Amino acid sequence: MLTILFAILIVGALGAVFGIGLAFASKVLAVQKDSRVAELEGILPGLNCGACGYAGCAAYAEAIANESEQTLTLCSPGGPTVVEKIGSVMGVEVESPTKRMVTQVHCRGGRDVSTYEFEYSGIQDCNALHLLYGGDKVCKQSCLQLGSCIRVCPVDAIGYDAEGKVRVDKDVCISCGKCIEVCPTSVMKWVPYDADVIVACNNTDPPKVVRKHCKVGCIGCSICAKRSPEGGFEITNFLSTIDYDKNGPRDAAVEKCPPKCIIPASGDLQIGGAEVQSSESNSKVETKAVAVEDRPEREVDEKSQTDIRNE
Amino acid sequence: MTYIGIIITFVFINNIILNQFLGLCPFIGVSRNVESAVGMGFAVTFVMSLASLTTWMIHNVVLIPLGIEFLQTITFILVIAGLVQLVEMVIQKISPPLYKALGIYLPLITTNCAVLGIALIAVRNEYGAIESFVAGFAAGVGFLLAILLMSTLREKLDTEWVPKYLRGTPIAFITGGLMALAFMAFDVALLRNLIG
Repeated sequence: MLTILFAILIVGALGAVFGIGLAFASKVLAVQKDSRVAELEGILPGLNCGACGYAGCAAYAEAIANESEQTLTLCSPGGPTVVEKIGSVMGVEVESPTKRMVTQVHCRGGRDVSTYEFEYSGIQDCNALHLLYGGDKVCKQSCLQLGSCIRVCPVDAIGYDAEGKVRVDKDVCISCGKCIEVCPTSVMKWVPYDADVIVACNNTDPPKVVRKHCKVGCIGCSICAKRSPEGGFEITNFLSTIDYDKNGPRDAAVEKCPPKCIIPASGDLQIGGAEVQSSESNSKVETKAVAVEDRPEREVDEKSQTDIRNE
Repeated sequence: MTYIGIIITFVFINNIILNQFLGLCPFIGVSRNVESAVGMGFAVTFVMSLASLTTWMIHNVVLIPLGIEFLQTITFILVIAGLVQLVEMVIQKISPPLYKALGIYLPLITTNCAVLGIALIAVRNEYGAIESFVAGFAAGVGFLLAILLMSTLREKLDTEWVPKYLRGTPIAFITGGLMALAFMAFDVALLRNLIG
């Protein structure tokens, strides 16, 4: 009994001594810190996404405050408002970044429209799948649809749409670029926030190959460029890309595109992403687990497999 | 002679990371580049030396006389955490350059298992005050050695082609495992041959 009492007393006493000692020490040894750091930390979004190149918002705030970082516009999630506030704290006029860029998946391939080479049942991760012959579709420049970008997105702006294709909700996207970094096939690309449509294909194969293996792949027919000459469509390597500096109407191109691969630039996410998160008060982990389970079943495409065996 | 024996033991034979597998989080986390690895290594050496001396005092002045040695672990954690905080404040006040070099690593090692581990090992081996201090210092040097080797290897690995699923931490763990195998060459027999 006495030992227990001793034990409690000693640990309590040690704790108290150290606590009081440290409290005193922090008063005596206090160092004046730059008050602007705290202020800047309050202004920055606090997402710690790393888009600025620093370890987190606190690191960037400190770098700005001690003037080792001269560029005040590195916070892409914050946008112009944050940049303006940073400028006012530092007493500098800052020009806002030119244009807000968001990401979007440039592929609509999937079970229903594309040919598959083999059935993948390994780790459900795009980079793992990419190690195997560059993916399970014949088209090696396609979205692998295992959602590595969904998992890496710090704000849940990416998810599957009604057809089970990966899409980015541009209103939620904070332009951190992590999805672009993680995507092994580079179908995730930058698009201006105010873009109306994208060419949802990334394939540069000749039209014959594309037509055979994907119903929604761009075949480089240049109908879009002819129908909407002011739309900025450019065809290189049998793939149409849009020069967003040109602001002409693109409706005719959308309408006449044979594979219908010119689609709206922002997606309506059905599963995963921010919409689910706001409507249900689920935790992040649960939402993501649902996203994986609810993904449309990958049915074995018998026909396409026999096609390949015959070839 | 004992001190040399202790130093060789804790730097090579019982290397805190590669033989005892303590303190792996800073070993993996801070070994990305040589500069921060060295900073971390010196911070750990510094804290370990101080901590093993202080814990020896607490153990022999407080715990043993009262017969409550079973409280070792909890009091040592308390002492080390308090000590590191205090040291951090003192350094920040007295020497800003040193704080810049060590400061950001100090909070990381307040409750590091390697620091606690060496304090407990020193007590278990019934070391005296100076011996504890030397053991702490030597273990810190061993940590510095391991993390320095690791960081140079990892800087080289950065430019090598590594399969994507192994990049970063996985390949670091594999490298660390191979280093641990290599360190198995340092045996107690080495100590016997050296100093009889």
